[in-house]
Amino acid sequence: MPVQSVYPMLEKLLPLVRKPVQYVGGEVNSVVKDWNAADVRWALLYPDAYEVGLPNQGVQILYELLNEQEGILAERTYSVWPDLEALMREHGLPQFTVDAHRPVRAFDVLGVSFATELGYTNLLTALDLAGIPLEAAARGDEDPIVLAGGHAAFNPEPIAEFIDGAVLGDGEQAVLAISEEIRAFRQQNSTGGRDALLMRLATRCGVYVPGFYDVVYLADGTIGSVAPNRPGVPRTVGKHTVTDLDSWPYPSKPLVPVAESVHERVSVEIFRGCTRGCRFCQAGMITRPVRERSITTIGKMTEAGLASSGFAEVGLLSLSSADHTEINEICTDLADRYEGKNTGLSLPSTRVDAFNITLANELSRNGRRSGLTFAPEGGTDRIRKVINKMVTEEDLIKTVSTAYANGWRQVKLYFMCGLPTETDEDVLAIARVAHRVIEAGRAASGRRDIRCTVSIGGFVPKPHTPFQWAAQCDHETVDARLKALGAAMRADRGYGSSIGYRYHDGKPSIIEGLLSRGDRRVAQVIRAVWEDGGRFDGWSEYFSYERWADCAAKILAEYGVDLDWYTTRERGYAEILPWDHLDAGLERDWLWQDWLASIDPDGAAEVEDCRWTPCFECGACSTTGTQIEIGPTGARLLPLTVLGRG
Amino acid sequence: MRFASHRDVARAIERGVRKAGVPVAYSAGFSPHPRISYAGGAPTGAASEAEYLEISLTRRCEPASLGRSLDEALPDGIDVVEVAEVDGKSAGLRLEASKWEVLMPGVAADAAQRAVGAFLATPSIVVERLTSKGMRKLDARAAVLALSADRHVGPEQAAGCAILRMVVQQMTPAVRPDDILTALAQFSAPAPAAPPVVTRLWQGPMEELGPIDEVAAEAGMATTDTLADEPVVARQKDLQ
Repeated sequence: MPVQSVYPMLEKLLPLVRKPVQYVGGEVNSVVKDWNAADVRWALLYPDAYEVGLPNQGVQILYELLNEQEGILAERTYSVWPDLEALMREHGLPQFTVDAHRPVRAFDVLGVSFATELGYTNLLTALDLAGIPLEAAARGDEDPIVLAGGHAAFNPEPIAEFIDGAVLGDGEQAVLAISEEIRAFRQQNSTGGRDALLMRLATRCGVYVPGFYDVVYLADGTIGSVAPNRPGVPRTVGKHTVTDLDSWPYPSKPLVPVAESVHERVSVEIFRGCTRGCRFCQAGMITRPVRERSITTIGKMTEAGLASSGFAEVGLLSLSSADHTEINEICTDLADRYEGKNTGLSLPSTRVDAFNITLANELSRNGRRSGLTFAPEGGTDRIRKVINKMVTEEDLIKTVSTAYANGWRQVKLYFMCGLPTETDEDVLAIARVAHRVIEAGRAASGRRDIRCTVSIGGFVPKPHTPFQWAAQCDHETVDARLKALGAAMRADRGYGSSIGYRYHDGKPSIIEGLLSRGDRRVAQVIRAVWEDGGRFDGWSEYFSYERWADCAAKILAEYGVDLDWYTTRERGYAEILPWDHLDAGLERDWLWQDWLASIDPDGAAEVEDCRWTPCFECGACSTTGTQIEIGPTGARLLPLTVLGRG
Repeated sequence: MRFASHRDVARAIERGVRKAGVPVAYSAGFSPHPRISYAGGAPTGAASEAEYLEISLTRRCEPASLGRSLDEALPDGIDVVEVAEVDGKSAGLRLEASKWEVLMPGVAADAAQRAVGAFLATPSIVVERLTSKGMRKLDARAAVLALSADRHVGPEQAAGCAILRMVVQQMTPAVRPDDILTALAQFSAPAPAAPPVVTRLWQGPMEELGPIDEVAAEAGMATTDTLADEPVVARQKDLQ
């Protein structure tokens, strides 16, 4: 059956929807390959709006890598807004890719990248519009293999019944292996059909296929066991770790949207993984060990990205960029290279204690001095020790003072509310910190018009972290603390107008909690919410707590559990967690010890950064067979000579 | 690219200019911008084959090769048609009139022709448009130099429906094709079954148009001639 572009039909609907240009495609660096010249075809879905999904690096890496391979083709698809969804249903238009507007169902694999669990209802919309059965068990040989990836895939149990498989960890090598396997399977006449292919992916490609595992529940609602239901399938499934990231320099041809998107810059991932050990941080825990890219590769990727895109800014990304062993050289050399070329450099995530003013100056040489952002996360030294974010208030004040003294006008501070052992005082202390920041800033800069913005949201305990056993704070307490904090910050008129306050309510965090630490029974709640019209749960205009709470109450009651059971209940050591059979590389006992250390009534113990101090055996290196890969290489970047262009 | 807004197009061009390595000059000050200026942008929802922009350079470039490298650097749907060097001291672009084509799906050509005839016979037709500055009144008739309706001949499904061709003088405030459609609706022009498809074909100085009668005759367009009755007022929300 020939695969045709649905654009002719789509074009007629576009004048009727908001922001139509997001569906048109044709972006600079978009790749459209000949359908018939490929034998393995991937559709990559980011289950959120185009403006959020397009800049996502995970999708861009796989998109570029797959399209580079002969015989493999990859196209992108994003969630359509409800206005277009309604028109698509009315006119029978299926979920399409933006590259060549091909129907998603025609592809061999639908790879879904989940940065957040709040995209689960959008997944169902995309499947439904594509004409793919929502339940994996109902799919046939003509349906794509639906694979989940991204951080949320480390506990895919709530969507287990909707996906065929999940890939944990780095996708670069995995997608190539999966493509090879599909090709081989086809060459062998697809013997055994879909089930046989999934078996091959499970046994040879490290794909977690939930359908090959059965979950048994106990009378009290907890899990009795998660075990393979057929031979040959591994008891636990591990994550994929790519070593030597210099050999995988993607993306080097970033997609440049015509529509507006949330990030408009070249993003260069300077390292993957994190060794700081902040206890709340799932990203840091599951991406270990650290693997740096060398200064030379970073230079190459930056130049390739700018030359192929025309973006005016470069972001050096990682979980804690100032920790790169060669960060000073990287920033200095890039700033030198792009001096006078109207190219901005930014370092989006910097820890307070790693930040230094030299870095900041190098970064602002070429662009404006926009705001600086730090994430103390907690308001008191005590609570910061609990989360292992070793930043004292003095460190923070010293750092922001230096920033203000050097011409920075705006500082943003991120915090969380609802951390384990938190008291009202811990949150109120944030107001005092904000006041001190303004005071120090005015003194250091000699001006009154400096600003500080406090941004705070509810903490959600995540799988594969020491806090995975923690009771999530209920939303009433979170909301009360946030309200009190707002009042406290406004109370002192002298500072109030210099402080901006942005916060997220406690209710969405509870639903995120349900989805983060949920098990397979939660799938029915997701389905019910979706059938009732739930979409775009990450957007406050669409999110409905009542809808989620109502569906949860009805459905979970049958199992003797409820929303609180999944969220505000503390777990014990012996309880089997829904993700225990998935290995992020961390020893469960090490996580448990770290949890105990954090809630120790005598004060939390701190764990140092293993980049600089000896290993404390979290398990990441030994279980994955990898090592921390860091510099310094001692190399420097040479200035570029531009040979007559334009 | 008809669905791209002016800002989307401006952004794409800025990036294309950087990617192509065009030696664009930057403005001075705290937040330097590339010096690219636009004249008479088409409204969102309209495609165009005739948009103009000026780029200030830090050194001279050969126009054709600049055009080629910029075209290559731009996304699909934004194409460089021609590049000319402009003396810094000259008067700049004079975009005094535009030629538009508007496809009206589901509207019969003869019904459209009757409405066009009535429109042209009226000397002044005031319409209102909601802008960011509030409701503004425009004389949709005064800006129209020529207008005709024909049967669209083409391969797509819209073949056989009405296609309007108009020559519109640039005025302040600008009169857009949708204002003219709003005015036409008052003369019982049937409503299209799907949103009209608007394309700008040309814009430039008045003298390039030549005598209006000749232009209109050449394009098979009817022009204005007869005076008549009272102005008709219509209302329309600004779709931007």
